Amino acid sequence: MATNGAGREIPSRVPGIDGIRPYEGAYAHTPLIRREKGSRTLPRLNKLVDTLEDAIERTGLKDGMTISFHHHFREGDVLTNQVLEIVANLGIKNLTLASSSLTSVHTPVIEHVRSGVIRRIVTSGLRGDLGDAVSRGLLEIPVLIHSHGGRARAVESGQLHIDVAFLGVPASDLYGNANGFAGKSACGSLGYAIVDSQNADKVVLITDNLTDYPNTPFSIDQDHVDHIVVVDSVGNPQKISTGATRMTQDPRELLIARLASDTIAASGYFEDNFSFQTGSGGAALAVTKFLREKMLEREIKASFVLGGITSQIVKLHEEGLVKRVLDVQSFDMDAIRSSGENRYHTEIDASFYANPLNKGCVANKLNVVVLSAMEIDSAFNVNVITGSDGVIRGASGGHSDTAIGSGLSVIVAPLVRGRTPTIVDSVTTIITPGESVDVFVTDHGLAVNPRRPEVEERLRAARLPVYTIAQLQEKAERMTGKPEPIKFGKRIVGLVEYRDGTILDVIREVV
Amino acid sequence: MKIERTGVAGSLESSDTLVTVDPHRGGVEIVLRSIAEARFGVQIRALIETTLRELAVGEARVQVEDRSALDCTIKARLVTAIHRAAKAEHPVWELLK
Amino acid sequence: MKNLRRTMLYVPGNRAAMVKDAHIYRPDTLMFDLEDSVPYTEKDSARMLVYHALRAIDYENVETAVRINGLDTPYGLDDVEAIVRARPDIIRIPKTDTADSVREVESAIESVEREIGLEVGTIKLFAAIETPLGVMNAPEISRASSRLVGIALGAEDLVTNLGTTRSEEGIELLYARSRILFAARAAGIHAIDTVYSDVCDDDGFLQETRLIKQLGFDGKSVVQPHQIELAHEVFTPTPTEVRNAERTLTALRAAEERGSGVTALDGKMIDKPMLARAQRILELAAASGIDVNRELL
Repeated sequence: MATNGAGREIPSRVPGIDGIRPYEGAYAHTPLIRREKGSRTLPRLNKLVDTLEDAIERTGLKDGMTISFHHHFREGDVLTNQVLEIVANLGIKNLTLASSSLTSVHTPVIEHVRSGVIRRIVTSGLRGDLGDAVSRGLLEIPVLIHSHGGRARAVESGQLHIDVAFLGVPASDLYGNANGFAGKSACGSLGYAIVDSQNADKVVLITDNLTDYPNTPFSIDQDHVDHIVVVDSVGNPQKISTGATRMTQDPRELLIARLASDTIAASGYFEDNFSFQTGSGGAALAVTKFLREKMLEREIKASFVLGGITSQIVKLHEEGLVKRVLDVQSFDMDAIRSSGENRYHTEIDASFYANPLNKGCVANKLNVVVLSAMEIDSAFNVNVITGSDGVIRGASGGHSDTAIGSGLSVIVAPLVRGRTPTIVDSVTTIITPGESVDVFVTDHGLAVNPRRPEVEERLRAARLPVYTIAQLQEKAERMTGKPEPIKFGKRIVGLVEYRDGTILDVIREVV
Repeated sequence: MKIERTGVAGSLESSDTLVTVDPHRGGVEIVLRSIAEARFGVQIRALIETTLRELAVGEARVQVEDRSALDCTIKARLVTAIHRAAKAEHPVWELLK
Repeated sequence: MKNLRRTMLYVPGNRAAMVKDAHIYRPDTLMFDLEDSVPYTEKDSARMLVYHALRAIDYENVETAVRINGLDTPYGLDDVEAIVRARPDIIRIPKTDTADSVREVESAIESVEREIGLEVGTIKLFAAIETPLGVMNAPEISRASSRLVGIALGAEDLVTNLGTTRSEEGIELLYARSRILFAARAAGIHAIDTVYSDVCDDDGFLQETRLIKQLGFDGKSVVQPHQIELAHEVFTPTPTEVRNAERTLTALRAAEERGSGVTALDGKMIDKPMLARAQRILELAAASGIDVNRELL
């Protein structure tokens, strides 16, 4: 027996109960509690730090660690470059950059790689000069490309261990409750950021909009946040989101969208309470317009729409045609507004969205998904990351997650882009394996994966222009001639990780 | 056909080709710049050479600025540029396939 | 004899991007234009582009037509030389004022057909009527050649010629439309209406298309792909029309099987015009994707 800090006698051992430790004082083991209880002279309890430099130093960021960023600010992101600049000035090196996705504004990363600040990149996609540079051998260690669901899996399982997450948020209070639908840099859903906030060792929030406490409703919880920095501008509002996503007017894209919509309607998957996900632009988005007409005609409502959310989806929801909206990324102001206003427009995080190894992601419950493709081959494998010249200029995203989770995956693309056929003998890079791809819809007709004979039968019965994929390829090559193969070097510059963590394909150096 | 002056045809619109044919001494010089170079460069060059042979053009400087045009477009623009450069009033149908 | 010409899509002959695959929009006829949409400086270029495209590209089952420049221009004859060699289904003559204009073009075409060893008469003709004189001569024009499969109204300049402007209801074009239609019907060929140039006004386009369909026209000229969809909708037969057409053709088949020469349906005799109408309706229905009894087609 011994006396504890409250003057009580506590046994040092109790049979059946492990780890007995005596009380040592109310403040002894809870460091976040203030010792000056109820002080009127100190500022309110907060996690604010004056500058990004301060924040970085407090996180204890060291050489060789992994840092992460989200891509909800899209081309309006300024934070990644800002933080990397500071990290570089602090002399920190050999970091792994784990951005959920990288865009054309992240060109400065090239210099950081060359100077040794960044040693590895783990991301869903690369574009612009950075994509080009990586394709030409910028990195010693190949970039690891993952899907959205795959990243969530990797982060939650610990395979991708994030030391410090730098999360730009449109609104936060001084203790770390943050959301994405308020403020001048509003971006809507913080789906990708949430997973990082829950799993990173240290979380730094950066905001340009400090709200009152508590900032409810919140997406990122205060109990995951270490430090908060307030800056003038967390992103470029014009590039974060447009007012409303404009539907394409291109007659070819509309033609493809119409055929895709006819395909869905005849597929057997178009019934009351079905669910769907569409792309965020081009023909993949325009499908919404034609699907809506059919939904009205046949009095069919959707139980939910998933994914990247645009004004078109919000309109369907507000019209009563879509019962629930599950939002992992909000693409425009309408979606952002709706996510803040509409009770049944719900933000979801990347794991909920597509992690294949949690207790069940939404992608598993999806009926129909409409996706795009850069290339597709005779086995229906799809490439959305490397262009016709072999250079990385796209992202894996939710493509492979939703393709396999859905009951019917519809890939839309023009048969020929410029002079390059979309159908190739063998795709340059497999992002989505053919086993998960059901229908390919083009401006010259459609093809059904032989794995889905019942779908093909229905589409033929509906008199849709059904061809074999070989026939479509032939049509394309008759127009364009057969393309010469791309010349690749031997060196591997990228590994494509499938959503389950296994390696699906490699990306080789472009010469 | 004899190239007597500069002949230009086509445009830089997507799916089109801008062809410039200039007089030249000493054979044929081809300068090709194409968006589709990586996959179709060889084919396009072959098409240009064949067309020049068909029209019996022995001396010319041919500049092709291609925006992913199909073969039939490239050929059409090249043939037009050659005719303009050769001051041909009417197409020479005997030579065209 | 091709039955459906609900839509004729204009494709500016010098625009490579459009020329190479305009057939994906599935108009009944593609009309490559060498005339008004091509500037003087590019007539040779457009001609060569359309020539090569027609020879190289598979336009599948979409009918191909080329609007040449008139023989009274410096370009017309070269157009005929080139385009006959390219073998479109149809050559369309602009601004046809007299039957002689048609015969002149026919003569030029025949000349080239012989030169290249193509069966004389292979290439068909379409004549566009764009002036008051042309309208008055419509009956003669319609009978001027056995190659002529249709006449079309070109209203853009015509209305100015008349000393008026285009109105919403189109009363100023009523006579021209009616005369052209009657001339076409008397000659047993197709009648196609003019373009509706306000591409943003779909309601106006639909209104005009319904009007000309009611007048009896076979189809409409269109300048943008989305107008094709709209026009085809207007020409889609109603379920009642389809049912009656099927009944008419079924009755006829039954009569043929019985060896009877005369057929009646609902107490009325089925004559040739009724038969032709029933066949056309069934074809229109099939083309619109309606489920029809295909054995009757």
